[in-house]
Amino acid sequence: MSFTLSVNGALRQVDLPGDVPLLWALRDGLAMTGTKFGCGVAACGACTVLIDGEAVRSCQVPLADATGKITTIEGLGQPGALAPVQVAWVKHQVAQCGYCQSGQIMQAAALLAQIPDPSDQDIDEAMQGNLCRCGTYPRIRAAIHEAAQMIKAG
Amino acid sequence: MASWKTITRRSFIVLGASVVGGAAFGAYKVAEVPANPLVPVPGSTPLNPWVIINADGITVIAPRAEMGQGISTTLAALVSEELDVAWEQVRVLHGPPAQAYYNAGFVERMSNEPDYQLSLRENSHNAILAAVPKIFSLQMTGGSTGAIGGFVQMRLAGAGAREALKAAAARRLGVLPETLKTEGGKVIGEQTFTYAELAAEAVSLVPDDVSLRDPSTWRYVGRAMPRLDMVAKATGTETFGIDIILPGMKFATVRMNPRRGGAMTSFDPAAALALPGVDQVVGLGNGIALIANNTWTAMQAAQLVDVQWGDADYPADTAAMMSRIEAAFTTEPDSRLRDDGDVEVELAKGDVVEAEYRIPFLAHASMEPLNATAWVKPDGAVEVWCGNQAPIMTRDAIAAALRIGSDKVTLHTPVMGGGFGGRTDPVAAVLAARIAAAMPDTPVKLTYSREEDMTQDYYRPAAIARLSGRNENGKATALWGRTAAPSATQNALSRLVGFAPPGPDRATVEGGFDQPYGLQHYRYDGHLAVLTVPLGFWRSVGNSMNAFFLESFIDELAHAAKADPLAFRLDLMRDSHAPSALLLETVRDMSDWNSLKRPGFGRGVAFCYSFGTPVAQVLEVQDTPVGIKLTRAWIACDPGLAMDPGIVEAQMTGAMIYGLSAAVQGAITFADQSVVEQNFPDYEPLRMHTTPRFEVKVLQNNGTFGHIGGVGEPGTPPAAPALANALYDLTGTRARTLPLNQLFGFTS
Ligand code: FES
Ligand code: FES
Repeated sequence: MSFTLSVNGALRQVDLPGDVPLLWALRDGLAMTGTKFGCGVAACGACTVLIDGEAVRSCQVPLADATGKITTIEGLGQPGALAPVQVAWVKHQVAQCGYCQSGQIMQAAALLAQIPDPSDQDIDEAMQGNLCRCGTYPRIRAAIHEAAQMIKAG
Repeated sequence: MASWKTITRRSFIVLGASVVGGAAFGAYKVAEVPANPLVPVPGSTPLNPWVIINADGITVIAPRAEMGQGISTTLAALVSEELDVAWEQVRVLHGPPAQAYYNAGFVERMSNEPDYQLSLRENSHNAILAAVPKIFSLQMTGGSTGAIGGFVQMRLAGAGAREALKAAAARRLGVLPETLKTEGGKVIGEQTFTYAELAAEAVSLVPDDVSLRDPSTWRYVGRAMPRLDMVAKATGTETFGIDIILPGMKFATVRMNPRRGGAMTSFDPAAALALPGVDQVVGLGNGIALIANNTWTAMQAAQLVDVQWGDADYPADTAAMMSRIEAAFTTEPDSRLRDDGDVEVELAKGDVVEAEYRIPFLAHASMEPLNATAWVKPDGAVEVWCGNQAPIMTRDAIAAALRIGSDKVTLHTPVMGGGFGGRTDPVAAVLAARIAAAMPDTPVKLTYSREEDMTQDYYRPAAIARLSGRNENGKATALWGRTAAPSATQNALSRLVGFAPPGPDRATVEGGFDQPYGLQHYRYDGHLAVLTVPLGFWRSVGNSMNAFFLESFIDELAHAAKADPLAFRLDLMRDSHAPSALLLETVRDMSDWNSLKRPGFGRGVAFCYSFGTPVAQVLEVQDTPVGIKLTRAWIACDPGLAMDPGIVEAQMTGAMIYGLSAAVQGAITFADQSVVEQNFPDYEPLRMHTTPRFEVKVLQNNGTFGHIGGVGEPGTPPAAPALANALYDLTGTRARTLPLNQLFGFTS
């Protein structure tokens, strides 16, 4: 079976069965490895992408249902052209191993799109599905606040 | 970016001492630099095993694996300190398996003396570096030794390269090298040359002797440097092992016998093979591998194989295992690494405080599940990509499994999505190679499901401890601790190198016997339980067990003495180790300890000296209508020389969160000889909203100058007892068993 996905503004063809989750279509089908596998059961958030602007766990979305506009970490910003949230991440030196960070950043981007100046409680609520085994939570919180200020300042 | 693959020489020569150290900052000899495993390719000239000069800067070959601890940045800073390059010109790669990258830091960790006593001794560090025994190939990342082992070696590499480049420029200009300066990747004299211009000529001019710069001139070391991997990790462009993509690659997963070590009696692949996209089911003797056109299909198909599993040779469930551990108390102690005064006489005086504690097995649960990619070439050689903490051992294990020479194995060590001690075993790399051998000339990526990663881990041992102690006039006079556990070291080393090291098992008692408490009568015993559950090294190893026992018990003694638990510790430490005592005072002041005591709140303190770094922690908890909340944490640590304070702060925080996650709800349990916990919902770490707020202070008083304590692990051991002590303060209930959610309701 072949499916057409709209990923980061481009149409991409994937030849995999329709029940294969979007996560694996991206990683194995399209060689887009920025989106990570952590649990496969919606418990860790490592696989978070945006579909039509909303943060979703790509390990839970069958390829056949991924009909919206998908944004992955690769589409958010690139080295040399970082999105504000990524600039804040670098400034606060958030990552340790970095494995969870694609998911954290996508979740944070969705939060900031919805709530431009989130409170600590907003951050707690939005980010609680994203695990970080290295324990970078304090710096993630600081980076989200910083990104909010940067976006506000334009 | 260059890959060392293109620059690796295929021969690996075993030499004697890797670096010969002299006085702390005098002239060092680099004459005995081991064989350089790097060979030049156009535009990229290795000057020694650690430094490659490229057209646009330098590439530092880091001998230690990056697992998130920031070691590659620190090692690069050490080289750059001597080599005079702008930070933007520095890149870093992990080295190939080679003797040059041997970890001297491990040698310092092989003593059975308490660390804090070693740190009081002059120059123990250099003495050890000077006499480097080669017990086995120690290109290993672990034991928080990364920065210690690199401290002299990487600066020498930078200084040697700098002098060679100056000599090349001097020759061109017909002047003495001393008249030239280096700056921003250039040699400056009458004329200015970039390093790249000089590199080829410099190769033959590396001097025998170089002197290292005075620390007062350092620009990079001692500062929080921007991590070299940060942009890649914020953009999804870092290549972890799990991200390796090769042309025509297939995707595999494994399903191994959950009764660990047991055989597989039979398997029927028919249903799995019927699934579209499945290529092969490979029998592995004690499990199966599925190869498919995507990882998910392989994982689904693995569940469809009908497998009959044989038994393991350990008890059926956790209760039976704990009985085995308990039985070890009736055996002769394996170790008595501390025996100050006369504990028995002192305890016979009566009024003895006694307690027994129990802790569970723990999994590493790194964010990146175990994985490895292998490609068996038509000539029988194999190329493997696997994030691992021990490249030489991993390479040799792959060679043995495929019955080929080590020279036929090319092993790459990509960046790891966490390790925490869980990537020491070569098993993923070996399985990937065996699976790829079933599909010659096709690269195959093996990815464990989270369930396999958790149930096929090498666990932190479960343990039981019995402690007795005595107070007089409000001060502890005696403590006798006994820890019973299966030995992680014997278990892991028998598996990894084929023999269990002789002598007392330090890891079973570290964190218990070696603490800077000036108790007049202080004895610590280790009892080894016979239990073949697969064990390994878990962040901070035995310290994570014994700090919980000792620090909970010290708290019990303090309460029995009706003393403030922080002041009680301070009393015992002030005369025995001043830098440690200062940390207790520091967390007391940071947290405003006295003000923390108020209705609805609890406070706990704990301390542990591990891997050369004492750490004191205070934790505050709050009783809320929806459960107990971890509100605030304060950490004071003293690694001696803090090479990168930003990284130290991040590691201390992360390590405490790792310890708290396990303390609150971490337990690996067994039923039917199989691990019960499968995935994060059963083995839940702390999350953003359940993590306390942190404040960290990094002091630099410990040891003599040049003492560098570890920073990746020492933040973990005090976490569990700090929390248990805070819960006691809040509720009056003393937790003697982990995890704590068995006894307390936490906010979730
Ligand atoms: S992999 Fe999707 S939530 Fe963990
Ligand atoms: S940075 Fe390692 S898991 Fe989050």
